[in-house]
Amino acid sequence: MNGNNIEPTRSPGGTSGPGALPPRPAASPHPHVPTTTPLGSLSTGIPQTTSSKRVRRLESRRPHLTERLTELTIKVLAYSSVAAIVLIFLFIAKEAWPIFTSAAIHREVTLAKMWFIQQWPGYDAPEHVWQPVSEIPKYAVWPLIVGTIKVTLIAMVVAVPLAISAAVFVSQYAGRRTREIVKPAIEFLAGIPSVVLGFFALMVMASWFQDLFGFDSRLNAVVAGVALSFAVIPVVFTVCEEALGAVPRSYVEASAALGAARWQTIVKVILPAASPGIAASIALGLGRAFGETMIVLMASGNAAILSANPAESVRTLSATIAAELAEVVFGGPHYTVLFTLAVLLFIVTFGINFVGDQAIARMKRKMGVAS
Amino acid sequence: MSRSSLRPSRWPHVGDVVLWLATGLATLLVLVILAVILIDVIKNGAPRLTLGFLTKAPSDGMTAGGIFPAIFGTVALVILMTIAALPAGVATAIYLHEYASPTAWGTRIVRIAVNNLAGVPSIVFGLFGLGFFVQFVGGGMDKIFYGGDKVFGQPALIWAALTMAILTLPVVIVATEEALSNVSPDVRLASAALGATKFQTVSRVVLPQAIPGILTGAILAISRGAGEVAPILFTGAAYFLPTLPHSLHDQFMQLGYHVYVLATQSSDVDATRPLLYATVLVLLVLTFALNASAILVRSRMRRHLSRSHG
Repeated sequence: MNGNNIEPTRSPGGTSGPGALPPRPAASPHPHVPTTTPLGSLSTGIPQTTSSKRVRRLESRRPHLTERLTELTIKVLAYSSVAAIVLIFLFIAKEAWPIFTSAAIHREVTLAKMWFIQQWPGYDAPEHVWQPVSEIPKYAVWPLIVGTIKVTLIAMVVAVPLAISAAVFVSQYAGRRTREIVKPAIEFLAGIPSVVLGFFALMVMASWFQDLFGFDSRLNAVVAGVALSFAVIPVVFTVCEEALGAVPRSYVEASAALGAARWQTIVKVILPAASPGIAASIALGLGRAFGETMIVLMASGNAAILSANPAESVRTLSATIAAELAEVVFGGPHYTVLFTLAVLLFIVTFGINFVGDQAIARMKRKMGVAS
Repeated sequence: MSRSSLRPSRWPHVGDVVLWLATGLATLLVLVILAVILIDVIKNGAPRLTLGFLTKAPSDGMTAGGIFPAIFGTVALVILMTIAALPAGVATAIYLHEYASPTAWGTRIVRIAVNNLAGVPSIVFGLFGLGFFVQFVGGGMDKIFYGGDKVFGQPALIWAALTMAILTLPVVIVATEEALSNVSPDVRLASAALGATKFQTVSRVVLPQAIPGILTGAILAISRGAGEVAPILFTGAAYFLPTLPHSLHDQFMQLGYHVYVLATQSSDVDATRPLLYATVLVLLVLTFALNASAILVRSRMRRHLSRSHG
């Protein structure tokens, strides 16, 4: 029923402010229209009611003191999410800050040593080496970044086509009964804890893949990437399916009236119309893949090798933090470097998710205007 | 939508057959992946799943005994987490949906924060919990109340629960907002017309109708909290403890962490494998039961709503 919510007369994205409406208390124009915007229940959750704004307008008199106090409490609690995200960044950045300033840490590691290639004693040529526990600790981040990109890329290459295809099938072809099986099943897949997926990859999949492809190292980027894709599929599917369902019925009817076959309508009308939502689904999936920890920690082999070969063991940013933080000296160089990696992880996922949310917002605006 | 009404009545187009087949096979593959994981875990885990396994502590270097302390720790963790996350999450949703103007910059900032909080990698939550709760808050409490003795300034149940509460906050907020938006605007108008104040309307008319939705959010949050491991790695989970946690500043064992440790750090993989599978099965059954009940509550709520909306 999601697709039916779009009202031709509704203004885009609920942007009409209270001022634009006459202060009539009664007779909401669509009293029975559920007010969730189709994408509203997703990560953004922006259901908007015009009527609740009208209710507020009714209270022209000053509310009681207790009323104002409760409202203030609610408002303060509402900002707890803002406080949380700010505190998360501040406290990670605080622990990473000495990488810029501390002379004691600079004796062992600097930002330049992390990012630029170094000639290490005992090595024939300059190399990027991540080897924090050794006589001369080495903190080159490139092996970790390349490892993260490799695993993420494999996960996306597997997950995106599968998830988008499944979303097309469920929203366009499947009958009601098929939908009622597939959607809860994918919700169940989303509900599997990542440590269980990591366990499955480590104990079962790794052996299957080795038998199948003859990998030298049992745990590698392919095993980790494919296991990671199981966590990404539900994210991409859910957002994508809602985006496809939100395409206005009028588009589909117009296309059918012009004589287009179902598949032509899907490929040439529905998919392009839903493209911002599909882009958002990919972005949110990417954010999930990039930051996921337990699956890669268990299934990737955790060897920090700088190589493009997907059959080799890899070590990702998140897995490095998870594996090494327990054994470091508080406030030491290694500790500081791990928090620096966390800042990097935070900023990149924040960026990816921001782009995804913007795409969802654009999708909503577009659908609102177009219908 | 238009799914059935616009299905062509003639023979289907070749393109339709191809697209139907391709997308259908992809869907089938996703289902097969899920089935393979489930069958493998059930087949290998079920034989070891006895009452004793659920009620005893691990023994003989994790190769015998049960997982009761891990179950206890998981339950304690999610209860504390829910107590912390539910009020803040519900209040945020009420504010966003009932009070805030959708275009005000403050509202936008809260929304951006909620969305991005949902996307922060779980390991970053773990680091934050360590830096903020364990060291800053816990260490600060030790300095003020315990004269510098280490009581709260170390990984503990309470810090893990609070870290997890922040992680699951967006889940509660999104579910509650959906529930609030499903409450008919008419009842808000009716309540206001009878002279109820805004808060009276919210607390006595809107919230009671939104309870199933809020419950769904809480269940989903618990399911998420029961399965996450990365946030508790450094904030309170322990590999093995001889006793159950008996205060908020004790460490605890947890099912997901137990799986991780058994799978990666066992000295004798073959000896621990049956126990490991059984532990995974318990964790899966727990999260699946929670997710299934959330789906059930939600579908009942939707049916109820569609009936009352005509």
